[in-house]
Amino acid sequence: MRELTYLEAVREALWQEMERDERVFIIGEDVGVYGGAFGVTRGMVEHFGQERVIDTPISEYGIAGAITGAALTGMRPVGEIMFMDFTTFAMEQLVNQAAKMRFMFGGTIEVPFVLRTPAGSGTGAAAQHSQSLESWFVHVPGLKVVMPSTPYDVKGLLLASIRDDNPVIFIEHKLLYKIRGPVPEKQYTIPLGSADVKREGCDLTIVATSIMVERALEAAAQLAEKGIEAEVVDPRTLKPLDEEAIVRSVAKTGRVLIVHEACRTGGYGGELAAVIAGSEAFDYLDAPIVRLAGRDIPIPYNRTLEYHTVPQVENIVQAARQLAQGRI
Amino acid sequence: MTWNKQDLLRQMVTIRAFEEMAEQLYTMGKVHGTMHLSIGMEASAVGAIAALRPDDLILSTHRGHGHCIAKGADLNLMMAEFMGKENGYCRGRGGSMHIADVEGGNLGANGVVGGGIATAMGVGLGLNMQRRDDSPGTDRIVLCFFGDGAANLGSFHESLNMAAIWKLPVVYVCENNQYAMSFSVKRAFAIERISDRAAAYGMPGTTVDGNDLMAVLGAVSEAVKRARAGEGPSLVENVTYRWRGHSKSDANRYRTQEEIEAWKEKCPIKRFRAQLIEQGALTEEEADQIEQEAYAAIDAAVAFAEASPEPTVETIEEGVYA
Repeated sequence: MRELTYLEAVREALWQEMERDERVFIIGEDVGVYGGAFGVTRGMVEHFGQERVIDTPISEYGIAGAITGAALTGMRPVGEIMFMDFTTFAMEQLVNQAAKMRFMFGGTIEVPFVLRTPAGSGTGAAAQHSQSLESWFVHVPGLKVVMPSTPYDVKGLLLASIRDDNPVIFIEHKLLYKIRGPVPEKQYTIPLGSADVKREGCDLTIVATSIMVERALEAAAQLAEKGIEAEVVDPRTLKPLDEEAIVRSVAKTGRVLIVHEACRTGGYGGELAAVIAGSEAFDYLDAPIVRLAGRDIPIPYNRTLEYHTVPQVENIVQAARQLAQGRI
Repeated sequence: MTWNKQDLLRQMVTIRAFEEMAEQLYTMGKVHGTMHLSIGMEASAVGAIAALRPDDLILSTHRGHGHCIAKGADLNLMMAEFMGKENGYCRGRGGSMHIADVEGGNLGANGVVGGGIATAMGVGLGLNMQRRDDSPGTDRIVLCFFGDGAANLGSFHESLNMAAIWKLPVVYVCENNQYAMSFSVKRAFAIERISDRAAAYGMPGTTVDGNDLMAVLGAVSEAVKRARAGEGPSLVENVTYRWRGHSKSDANRYRTQEEIEAWKEKCPIKRFRAQLIEQGALTEEEADQIEQEAYAAIDAAVAFAEASPEPTVETIEEGVYA
């Protein structure tokens, strides 16, 4: 199959959907001729015009208002917030308005937008350009939260998100933009709320999100050389969560390691752990549920410090070995 | 455009009657939750919305009963919502602060000061993108109400700027009722007129006597004309006054009774009624009749709401997601 980078897959999804549905448009800072801070929308303004690829002032609250309001009129906007850190400016509109409008108004209205934003560390951008704030959004009823890890998934999930009738927070990862993988040219959707087993194994389950799926798969390959077969499960959407797929895997392996980049305290891993502990998989657990997550510190600038702030392949290998060998 | 002035008077009186009843129901313990009354500000709501076409949209505020009624809401459904009933506009999920009549073009009251200013800009963007010069009826516009307090939020700055640079069909109506909860505009602004800020965004700004219905109607009509012609947004400031406290917990410690009484002398309803009678557009008897009918309609709405069913707990999770 043809290969694309994750970034190209995002762009292809946007491009194809804008060709298919004239209600879809892009809005954000520097998304026009600049092509977006990471180049995701490069070439799109030349093809679709400034009316459908809209550059904005540096007004994240305004961007959130623009997509919320436009969605109310029947459009299907795709907003971009340049760094996830800057969603902090947009929170009022996303959390108080977009997320709650349908419920507050007795189900009489729909707010179909996607807000794309890149999260994550590893670029040396330090504390204000590296955060992973997905848990904030997961905690808000009315929002859906998607966190794709592969080029294939990012295209199918983005198309599904744009066609969804709810506000969707679509979290990309800067370090994933350059990874390559097979992506069909045709349009396809991946239903929100369906996890994916990225690798099968019988000794332990690794539930990982976003960039950590990539690292977990690398770790699993190393573990296999040592005779440990890890199953890697990617929830793909944090909300809605495919609880069944995760529970099924943990029931099979009896051990689970949860890996995410965001800070450990209050992170999504706590939710996953609670889901597993409260399910029938509890009876199959042979060891405590283990979480491997970012340290509870802001992301440091220094390369070495930054590296040691979030889980790396060797951390996953080490934690998985301890877990699989009954040392936890 | 011509207006049925009797109908405008009827709308103002209906708002007054609704809110007096709302207050009464609250005092009687029949309403759960808070509310924000716009008694004394009726000309602002009615005058502004009279400048719109029925298919235009509005975004309202926490003090939004008047906007809702002026936009043509069904009083029964509105009262049912106020009383938290299943057949209210929002199935009892929204209440006073979130009443929306989406079919009627009211995209909702808003519990967050300034929250609607940005959403309205987005609505304007969406309407603008769907506008086709060869298709009549696609030249709809959106009118956004907000208060003096909201004009000091970042959302005001970001949204007015974006609406202006894209020439969006938005009419921003600032209802300056003198106080953001307890904080006087005299302390909150270093400028005399909030509408002066319009210049900073490259849009026209006008300040009018918000208790003079025809003055409001005139100023907002100009803004609507401009928006509909594709020339962009405007800011209209209606200077008015809320007679009641900010909400039910307000002990009026920040203002004097004399000040409140002085503003009551400028009652927009009394004033408009007198104007119509003086112009010969209405007799005293007809005016009385309008008032009686308005209060009767509110009584009927209460009866409807009281007879309406409560939502059931089985449906509690409905409507979060589409």
